[in-house]
Amino acid sequence: MAKQRVIPGFGLSLGITITWLSLIILIPLAALFIKAAGLGPDDWKKILTSPQVLAAAKLTFGASAAAAAVSVVIGLLTAWVLVRYDFPGRKILDAMVDLPFALPTAVAGITLTSIYAPNGWIGQYLEAWGIKVAYTPTGVWVALTFIGFPFVVRTVQPVMEDLALELEEAAASLGANRWTTFRRVIFPMLVPALITGFTLAFARAIGEYGSVIFISGNLPMKTEILPRLIVSQLEQYKYEAAAVIASGMLIVSFALLFLINLLQRRLNWQAR
Amino acid sequence: MSRPSATTESGPVRWLLIGLAFVALSLFLLLPLAAVFVEALRQGWDVFIKAFSDKAAASAIKLTLLSAAIAVPLNTIFGVAAAWLVTKFRFKGRSFLISLIDLPFAVSPVIAGLVFVLLFGARGWFGPFLQEHDIRIIFALPGIVLATVFVTFPFVARELIPLMESQGSDQEEAAVTLGAGGWQIFWRVTVPNIKWGLLYGILLCNARAMGEFGAVSVVSGHIRGKTNTLPLHVEVLYNEYHFSAAFACAALLALLALVTLGLKTAVEHFTGHTTKGRH
Amino acid sequence: MSVSIQSIHKTFGNYTALDDVSLEVPNGSLTALLGPSGSGKTTLLRIVAGLEYADPGSGRVLFHGEDVTEVPAGKRGVGFVFQHYALFKHMTVADNIAFGLTVLPAASRPQKKEIDDRVKELLRLVKLEGLDKRRPHELSGGQRQRVALARALAIRPKVLLLDEPFGALDAQVRKDLRRWLRQFHDEIGLTTLFVTHDQEEALELADSVVVMRNARIEQTGPPQGIYDEPRTSFVYEFLGEVNKLDDGRYVRPHEIELLFAAEEGVHLAGRVSHLFVAGPVARLSVMPETGSRREIEVWATRDQVDEMALSVGDIVGLRFPELKASQRPRKTPEKDDPNDHSI
Repeated sequence: MAKQRVIPGFGLSLGITITWLSLIILIPLAALFIKAAGLGPDDWKKILTSPQVLAAAKLTFGASAAAAAVSVVIGLLTAWVLVRYDFPGRKILDAMVDLPFALPTAVAGITLTSIYAPNGWIGQYLEAWGIKVAYTPTGVWVALTFIGFPFVVRTVQPVMEDLALELEEAAASLGANRWTTFRRVIFPMLVPALITGFTLAFARAIGEYGSVIFISGNLPMKTEILPRLIVSQLEQYKYEAAAVIASGMLIVSFALLFLINLLQRRLNWQAR
Repeated sequence: MSRPSATTESGPVRWLLIGLAFVALSLFLLLPLAAVFVEALRQGWDVFIKAFSDKAAASAIKLTLLSAAIAVPLNTIFGVAAAWLVTKFRFKGRSFLISLIDLPFAVSPVIAGLVFVLLFGARGWFGPFLQEHDIRIIFALPGIVLATVFVTFPFVARELIPLMESQGSDQEEAAVTLGAGGWQIFWRVTVPNIKWGLLYGILLCNARAMGEFGAVSVVSGHIRGKTNTLPLHVEVLYNEYHFSAAFACAALLALLALVTLGLKTAVEHFTGHTTKGRH
Repeated sequence: MSVSIQSIHKTFGNYTALDDVSLEVPNGSLTALLGPSGSGKTTLLRIVAGLEYADPGSGRVLFHGEDVTEVPAGKRGVGFVFQHYALFKHMTVADNIAFGLTVLPAASRPQKKEIDDRVKELLRLVKLEGLDKRRPHELSGGQRQRVALARALAIRPKVLLLDEPFGALDAQVRKDLRRWLRQFHDEIGLTTLFVTHDQEEALELADSVVVMRNARIEQTGPPQGIYDEPRTSFVYEFLGEVNKLDDGRYVRPHEIELLFAAEEGVHLAGRVSHLFVAGPVARLSVMPETGSRREIEVWATRDQVDEMALSVGDIVGLRFPELKASQRPRKTPEKDDPNDHSI
């Protein structure tokens, strides 16, 4: 006998969900892996260890990690200011944080390029100091930080809002100053949310395309990111190579997400 | 908000932190936003207006609207069904299913495009079949829609799941005991309770659908006046050094983003609570 | 309509919520399901309502002899009042109450006028006239509770089920509403089953009390009977304060007679370790001189304590009532305490 359910719609919602999920996500992704698996291990090794792929992987994962790390700092500061202080313009600032979510990536890409180009609003001053941003790995990092930091703000903010004031009052009554209270009481409680924020920013950054390709200049071996490399393989009709690089990228990012998830579960468990 | 002094920072520290946040966000958010509009108007209104009277631009706008008009409703139906499934029922594999719904967030848009090229492209699995029957998916509207659907897949569900989870199923159960049927419960009890969250999810989904670049770029083939969406049109103009026209189109997309943010703020104002979460 | 529950089992994964539970609820009675949290009482109520289904093949639920085990909730004709009321917050009070009538299929749905009249009648019944245009968030807790009740009654249920009906209310409102509900039940005479963890509520309100613990029914009976003659140590302890004497007997604080230590008939002498007078009642803790480490709670009148001029540290005598069978209840198995075997 099928298990009875009180609220109706189990079959229908299960059917729609599984069908759509399979058609749009699972079958296409499976097709990618099958295509890539069509090549033998030797071909995989040859493609994935080619200098161009290695350089692109180093840049993609390196710049993504660096961007996510800086996002954590900026995101924490922003969330703190938005939650804890009242000042003119707070609401607007709060709404603006979502801009990178809502702004099409291509728009972000050409705009950041125009700002950081040697003759751009910021670029000209940096140029005077000898710092180049556009068309360098630094530019990739700038674009990825722009994309990533709202993730940190939006994961930390609700946790910060829910922190019990009593904990801080208790710390103060026990003689701790603000810095000590932050370091030893508040910060540890924010760590799981910060890790989530880092993970989301990092995952998004690895796959990011539109906001990066304009500012990076896409010089092979120098400023070419993995997604761009996949596109260039496609443009040369190297479908297998593109599938292998894409599969490798997905495997690495799924593994990273999984590891960070495990780490976070442990932290959450300890916090209990 | 006035906090007791024991639990806030001294004035100077507070203003230093606020100042830092302002500087960081101005550099990061306001400056780029301002740059879009300044660059767009650099050569005056005439050039700005002309950017849209171009045939290619008009067709890009049309294609963008059309693909969003197909992709967003499909993902809305899916999102509502998925949220209903995982919040109203407990079953084996439920948390795994939730992770699967989030999966597209971890997939590069470029890969989202690539998978459909591998399936439906000229040398893809169904390539020969499609060619035989003269059906175009890649480098045509269906491919653009598929890629857009992939990328915007989780948006509505992601917005609804936490909301419906927090509301629980009490009201639906009450409706059941009062004799209501499934659709009556859905339309008369559930929808009024989730309408703002749903609206916000649709807005985000739409913003992303209209603005998607990477995935669509892979499947579109960049056929001018035919398979270019507005973001792709921006790229083409930019790469051809038509900067003002590129930024004019970009400004239109930025405006869409601002409207989305404005509506989001309004939705939060209406509901009295925030809809902040993962995007 | 009578409700008959026959050997119901319910498990959630590895957790057993109901273990072979059977119960008869007579027509027109007001029955309380009483127990601590996790005892299975809410699950039982939800199974009667059809909001949960018992484990397949385990048992039956009958309404007036008719098997409703497989009948979905919406067709059972039960009125269910949720613990937190579950009012439709986007609807007015009137729309909430009318909901059950407006979702009927067009063929059996009453005319709009008829529905309006019914809503008016129900509002009068629950004493909420004039609040029909309000929304749930504009009502007090007690008012919401009564809207939920009116909504449940609108479909003319054959059985009324209430889950912790007073759980979310302030102490004073709770008391008022409790009396009102009793009166209300006497007026309409609908078979009613309610869940509570508050023994006072169950004893004051119900015709019949069902004490539950660990997925089973411990005892069923009228309030006075259960209070006076608990069958298990758990029921004894759960229904009000009780002393467990060294010889295993259970004695309620008010059953102990307070005497001077030297008086005749004293069973036990002890030192007053705590004395608390509240209004006319005096509560004493007495530490026996026999070397037992178990303090005995005694309730006396203030007058008596004044008369005896008692204060903390005085030696008093205690006299226990004559032994009744019920004072040596069956041990409730899982709660066995190895230290309890002292004489």
